[in-house]
Amino acid sequence: MHRAMILLALLAAGNAWGQYAPAADPNYARNLASTCFTCHGTEGRSVDGVPPSLAGQNRDYLLKQLLEFRDGKRPATIMHQHAKGYTDQQLALIAGYFAAVTPGRAAAAPAVR
Amino acid sequence: MTISRREFMKWASAGAGMATLAGCVTGGSGSAGRVVVVGGGYGGATAAKFVKMWAPDIDVTLIETNDYFVSCPISNLVLGGNARMNQITFSYDGLRNRGIRVLKDNAIAMDGVNKQVTLASGGSVPYDRVIVSPGVDFMYEQIPGLNTADAQSRILHAWKAGPQTVALRKQLESMRDGGIYALQIPMAPYRCPPGPYERVCQVADYLKKSKPKSKILVLDANPDLVSKKGLFLAAWNDMYKGMIEYRPNSEIADVDVKGMTVKLQFEDVKADVINVVPAQRAADFAVRSGLITANNRWCGVDWTTCESTAVKGVHVLGDATLSATAMPKSGSMANQHAKICAAAVVALIKGQPVNTDTMMMNTCYSFVSGDSAMHVASVHRYDPAQKTLVPVKGSGGVSSEASTAEGAYAWGWARNIWAEALA
Repeated sequence: MHRAMILLALLAAGNAWGQYAPAADPNYARNLASTCFTCHGTEGRSVDGVPPSLAGQNRDYLLKQLLEFRDGKRPATIMHQHAKGYTDQQLALIAGYFAAVTPGRAAAAPAVR
Repeated sequence: MTISRREFMKWASAGAGMATLAGCVTGGSGSAGRVVVVGGGYGGATAAKFVKMWAPDIDVTLIETNDYFVSCPISNLVLGGNARMNQITFSYDGLRNRGIRVLKDNAIAMDGVNKQVTLASGGSVPYDRVIVSPGVDFMYEQIPGLNTADAQSRILHAWKAGPQTVALRKQLESMRDGGIYALQIPMAPYRCPPGPYERVCQVADYLKKSKPKSKILVLDANPDLVSKKGLFLAAWNDMYKGMIEYRPNSEIADVDVKGMTVKLQFEDVKADVINVVPAQRAADFAVRSGLITANNRWCGVDWTTCESTAVKGVHVLGDATLSATAMPKSGSMANQHAKICAAAVVALIKGQPVNTDTMMMNTCYSFVSGDSAMHVASVHRYDPAQKTLVPVKGSGGVSSEASTAEGAYAWGWARNIWAEALA
């Protein structure tokens, strides 16, 4: 009974939020992962490998690193601060997205001819 | 849209306007829609790329007044002699190669009723949705002595990277040993919160090596350092001890260009090189297009789509926007706005659901010397109750200390964010 009421409240909140349901959005994982592109390169393909490319990495390995950054188990300069900003579900979607990208390095921004 | 034969020939010979004109005449060239992006900086160039990447069947036109992209991030290193202009200057060819039409022109304003952007060269470009990323313009009206082109060529801002960066470097090179470099910082919010303090480090790095008797005077309108305070003060007190004098609450009233004097409220300060960063607002294009909604300065947007709160069908991003709480005006944020905006624009044109669980993160590195850097980071999530982005509790922070390891990451950040925008 109690649980059903919470569920109803959540559904109502979801409706107030609009018709949007992240789980049903095929681009939700892509949009989340694109926040990582800024430093790690478009589609996780890093221009010169610093910071490392994420494209084509093993999903479980990526997720484990993200969770360890978040929990302070793996030392970092910055990643612990970013990883704490995402939910477990979001981190799993991000890891899954990059695992599905073909690895490779990105082209650098073109110099002036 | 009416267009004279002479204008048509001009466009046709330039090649750039052809597809747009054809689309206009026939009422659709088979594309899914037309997106026009105004401004090819961190926001606009990235948005143009991602609309094209995520929806190749959308026609994308980028209107940019400059021939080249010159990066503000890393430009302070040029002042310090730790980077060269050709390392921060890039072509738009990468976007052209993606099938984006890059128009070198000055966009005057957008007409939200007729859905077109008017150009300084004459004619206009029609759109289904327009993305406006105009950057900032300076509020010179607050500093009467800086209202002539001559004054502006002597007392530089170097807050838009390009010729001013080169000119300020030359002024520093010409300064006598024992001279004073004064930097005037405006009241927040302004473009790149840590930028002024990084500039102090870079100029100090140069003066320490080349003109060690020289001094730096920091005239900050703010009551305290706006960003990475502890880390910058550590650098100033450690690496550049005795060189830097910091004066808070030093709002500028005017300048005397002939006397090389900064006039503060209660005193006049003389210096050999005066570098004034004036207060900023959303650039003229946003003003002329009726997009300003806050304090006569900034453009309000819905942060799930970057759609203007003033004009429907128009998206605004980058430094011109009214920032949400704890969101800096940075290239990193503009890059994130661009992808939120591109995703929303594609979804809206194609009638797909728009993501409302918006996430954005910020990463800004600052160099304290030629090779040592530190960062500030944050993560933001859209809160449907407050209808804005809020920092995620427990996330973000700053470096524990500046390091060469982070110097390498800072260059990696730069190469990747440049490629995000331009490759």
